[in-house]
Amino acid sequence: MNKEHYVSEAPFDPQSIERMTAGQEQYYMASRRRLIWWKLKRHKLAVWCGAILFMMYGTTLISEWIAPYYYQTRHTGHIYSPPQQLHLFHEGEFMGPFVYGNDTRLNMETLGREYVPNLEKVEKLRFFCSGDSYKFWGIVSSDFHFICPAEGSTMFLLGTDRLGRDLFSRITYGARISLLIGLGGITVSLFLGLLLGGLAGYYGGWVDSVIQRLTEIIRSFPELPLWMALSAILPVTWSPLLIFFGITVILALLDWTGLARSVRSKLLALREEDYCTAARLMGARPGRIIKRHLLPGFASHIIASATLSIPGMILGETALSFLGLGLRPPITSWGVLLNEAQNINVVALYPWLILPVVPVVIIILAFNFFGDGLRDAADPYK
Amino acid sequence: MMIPTLLVISFIVFVIIQLPPGDYLETYIAELESQGESVDPDKIAFLRKEYGLDQPFMVQYFTWISGFVSGNFGYSFEYELPVRDVVGDRIWLTVLVSFVTVLFTWAIAFPIGIYSATHQYSWGDYGLSLLGFIGLATPNFLLALIMLYLANIWFGTSIGGLMDPRYLDQPWSWGKFKSVLEHMWIPVVVIGTSGTAGMIRRIRANLLDELEKQYVLTGKAKGLPPGRLLLKYPLRMSMNFFISDIGSLLPSIISGAEVVAIVLSLPTTGPMLLTSLQSQDMYLAGTFLMFLAMLTVIGMLVSDLLLAWLDPRIRLQGEMVQ
Repeated sequence: MNKEHYVSEAPFDPQSIERMTAGQEQYYMASRRRLIWWKLKRHKLAVWCGAILFMMYGTTLISEWIAPYYYQTRHTGHIYSPPQQLHLFHEGEFMGPFVYGNDTRLNMETLGREYVPNLEKVEKLRFFCSGDSYKFWGIVSSDFHFICPAEGSTMFLLGTDRLGRDLFSRITYGARISLLIGLGGITVSLFLGLLLGGLAGYYGGWVDSVIQRLTEIIRSFPELPLWMALSAILPVTWSPLLIFFGITVILALLDWTGLARSVRSKLLALREEDYCTAARLMGARPGRIIKRHLLPGFASHIIASATLSIPGMILGETALSFLGLGLRPPITSWGVLLNEAQNINVVALYPWLILPVVPVVIIILAFNFFGDGLRDAADPYK
Repeated sequence: MMIPTLLVISFIVFVIIQLPPGDYLETYIAELESQGESVDPDKIAFLRKEYGLDQPFMVQYFTWISGFVSGNFGYSFEYELPVRDVVGDRIWLTVLVSFVTVLFTWAIAFPIGIYSATHQYSWGDYGLSLLGFIGLATPNFLLALIMLYLANIWFGTSIGGLMDPRYLDQPWSWGKFKSVLEHMWIPVVVIGTSGTAGMIRRIRANLLDELEKQYVLTGKAKGLPPGRLLLKYPLRMSMNFFISDIGSLLPSIISGAEVVAIVLSLPTTGPMLLTSLQSQDMYLAGTFLMFLAMLTVIGMLVSDLLLAWLDPRIRLQGEMVQ
């Protein structure tokens, strides 16, 4: 008996077994950039730190509006005034944000000025007001501020320094320089790192060994003394702006080694990947291989390690300026502000002068956590 | 490998101290003349000849480096003394402070790192990590300032400096030694904090990698008690890394030691390095820079030797090459 071979009547669909769920499909079809974003989003701490960084850099765009005073305005009647507390309620009654005005008196024992809050003087803050005039980013004249003290009175939320300048305003302005120097330095060191690391990784051979030795030597040198020596070279006659650029370059000169190292090792590893060999066999030129196949492969890693080396630069500038070898007044950075707190007696008498350290710590922590998250997300296929 | 590295470093150092325009003698003559004093031409000529300041760059470099090797570090223009006499105890005190700081960092980082790795994602882990991060983010010099302030309030002792003032310029004695020990804990804690934080993170990551490996699972399956298992296998593996990590620890400790020394005015190299850089006292500054670099290079050499002693694989590989 000849039995016919069984064939299913249903139409043939080769993917019937391997069909993916909508979620899986989305995952497999997503671009690399999207995958990195998803992975980063899962890292809650990194996202929060990213938001903090974004906000901090945002404020530097409009420092002039946020600061209640111009950073060089002196209040000669309020030298070393302690921070004034912000209140909302006066004798149980809601007043909106206000400060109590200070009474000044001379302490005859210490011969120092003392400031005592006067609970009678309720000084309501004004919002969206005109105050000290300034040049917005050094170009447009204006006198607009988000917050101003009440008419004819003062408001020093973080106290004043030895010239009676408002510390809060100075920290706000200092953020611009301190944060910019991190970005500027990383740009220079990224350039150096890509160039030298790329050369070492791509050519190999003696170029590689020379660059490798050089990075080893620079890495074995303690950074700060070398930074100190280099910034001592900058001529005294330079303008503060030139000094700013000089310091940026000096910070970058010792920092590129880490980046160069990771560029080199990534290049060496990726060069051996199958897709690279395939591209080479198909006749792609080196330029195309680097741009099309290698660069996307390690760009995310490079960005992550660059993010992780920004805090070192910010700390470097702060330390140099603190020692008086870095930026010089009238340019104001957090390090320059801390320079005033160099003396133990000053710190004991006017402890609010070390407040600029708070934004420094916040920014360093935020960069570290954000960079960690980025580094984990940089390789989304793991 | 060490000697060529040191040679290159010495060249870089020399270029850096030579870079400021003009030499110290010109500044010195101008300063004396502006004060209306006469310049002793013999002395100027002596200094010029001694250092070959009128000679080409490379000749000056060789004069300096060959003197350096034989223990003649040059002449400090500002103090008008040979650098060797100016430096005095400072270099040894720097070595002492750095060494104790390394020990401190290890003593703190090791147990915390192990705890964090074995109790991953516990509250203890999070808390210690956060503490470590704050240590990492607080600039050393500010921590020094704050400690100085607090120690002054709480203990009322003179915290600045490394020894009781009455022992300054005294020969070494038991009393002086004790006084140094009493004063040393603040700089050691302050300098150690940032290094410790980094080290905890690295030990934790390293030990976690080891703990995931299969031999740990095998050990567990065979019924080894957890403490013994940890001590016998993964910990020994990460010891390697622990020793080799000194390469990244030393430069940061020495950097930190310099700034902290300036804030606390310790009689180490820090404060003098700063003033010598500011006044362009080139041989003094050069000696300090060179010495600091030597300290790290030697430290790394020691860590390499320790590693070879600890790990038979490295030792045997080295012998095979020979």
